[in-house]
Amino acid sequence: MGEGSRVGLALTGISHRYRALQVLENVSLTVAPGEVTVLIGPSGCGKSTLLSIAGGLLKPDAGRVEWEGVLAPDCLNPFATVFQDFALLPWRSVAGNIGLALEHTELTKPKRAVRIAEVLELTGLADFARAWPRQLSGGMRQRVGIARALAVRPAIMLMDEPLSALDAQTRALLLDEFAALIARAGTTTLYVTHNLAEAVRLGHQIVVLSRRPGRVRAIERIDLPLGDRSPEDSDLRAIESRLWAMIRDEASAAEKEAGHDHA
Amino acid sequence: MTTPDPHAPVQLSGPVPFRAGGFAPRVIPLAGAATLIGLIALWQAGAMAGLIDTLFLPPPFAIATALWNLAVSGELWKHFSASLMRLAIGWSAGTVAGLALGLAVGLTTILRSPGMAVVSALFPIPKIALVPLFIIWFGIGEGSKDITLAFGVFFPTVINTAAGVDAVPRSLIRMGQSFGLSRAAIIAKIVLPGALPSILAGFRITAAIAIILLVAAEMIGADRGIGSFVLAAGNLYDTDNLMAGIVVLSLMGLAVSFVLGRLEKRLLRWR
Repeated sequence: MGEGSRVGLALTGISHRYRALQVLENVSLTVAPGEVTVLIGPSGCGKSTLLSIAGGLLKPDAGRVEWEGVLAPDCLNPFATVFQDFALLPWRSVAGNIGLALEHTELTKPKRAVRIAEVLELTGLADFARAWPRQLSGGMRQRVGIARALAVRPAIMLMDEPLSALDAQTRALLLDEFAALIARAGTTTLYVTHNLAEAVRLGHQIVVLSRRPGRVRAIERIDLPLGDRSPEDSDLRAIESRLWAMIRDEASAAEKEAGHDHA
Repeated sequence: MTTPDPHAPVQLSGPVPFRAGGFAPRVIPLAGAATLIGLIALWQAGAMAGLIDTLFLPPPFAIATALWNLAVSGELWKHFSASLMRLAIGWSAGTVAGLALGLAVGLTTILRSPGMAVVSALFPIPKIALVPLFIIWFGIGEGSKDITLAFGVFFPTVINTAAGVDAVPRSLIRMGQSFGLSRAAIIAKIVLPGALPSILAGFRITAAIAIILLVAAEMIGADRGIGSFVLAAGNLYDTDNLMAGIVVLSLMGLAVSFVLGRLEKRLLRWR
């Protein structure tokens, strides 16, 4: 999965506004090849906006996004996105949803079928190829979203709060699987989350954004290999506490601000 | 006699009473058919007992006999085939044009506001009122009738198609874009299937509208068709044939509904 592709991203001076609302201001960061960069920060700080900008889905008002590296020959799409709400087509089966990402590529139908079978196996969905999305649990639906992303063998994975729509148990189970999949594939990943436990479990680099307008407030590095991390690790717990101390006041202020916005 | 103290504590013991089961109306098999058959039987019995004046409301048996005679004489097919042809042409033309504009309104900025402004202005006009105008424009022949039907079908189709396109979750379109699908592929593989439930719901509405307008147009200027047949029978106080024509229209509506139901079941089996 993605082996051979080694692509990094450099975001420089990114600013963006939605009408009068300045969402991001002068954000610069690098996403190293083969690493997981996690974006955290209070609600509304522009994490998902930054992810869209990084993936070329949204044009920033200012700044630039550049990539550099080597794209493997089997990579069908440099970017693949995993969505918070899964973004599955309800009128397509599991295999059909995965196939959607491959249909416009040069792959022949038999080769597409082989790739679909591979990612179904990899994500534990082999027995559900013909199921409709409505027949699956939230966790299984997100597995389909991940399988669809992996099928194109992307150089860069963009993950927009992929576990936040799931219950706590499913989230914990899928987090373990994510860690194993990402460690194995070594795909460059930009991962947005609210959850600090997820951030320290998956991130090689954790970028803390300030509340709106989002600016880079701090960058935390964790060099422990993903495969060696566990939720009970005291070092990781300490980093999690430090991150929480850093964003707690801003998260609370952002929450109150959101309340005012809705009042 | 002492009045109970409303502030006194209430002693509770025993099983907690069941308090809620929600509203869950069930479908009783064959109850619908049995109801219809019962009403028809009651109607027949009322006529036979002299409680219903058969000149004004002929009994079901007389209507069935009239239908049989019309079918045997070939008169039924003559009128029915003319109506069916108008329905097919008018509905198809209105649907194709409505789908095209509905998609354009739903997908393009340049056509959205002008398209919806025109639709909003013209949709509320009772289309029956336009039949005389269409006769002046397109003559008394088939053209005016086909246009009347197409015009009536066009607006609801535009509205339902545009609403269906709007209802497709934006996250699905962003997903298509993120995987590098072309605009045409996104429309074909995401927007159209996503809008299909609303489009098919619109077909049910436009089929009913088309049948209403068909009868109206045929009553104003036609010598063939179920509408003209019903009007002629009414003029002659031939209520048996009049009611036979109405039954044919009702069956036509039921048949269209059945076909659309099958279509929905097949195309929306993922729901």
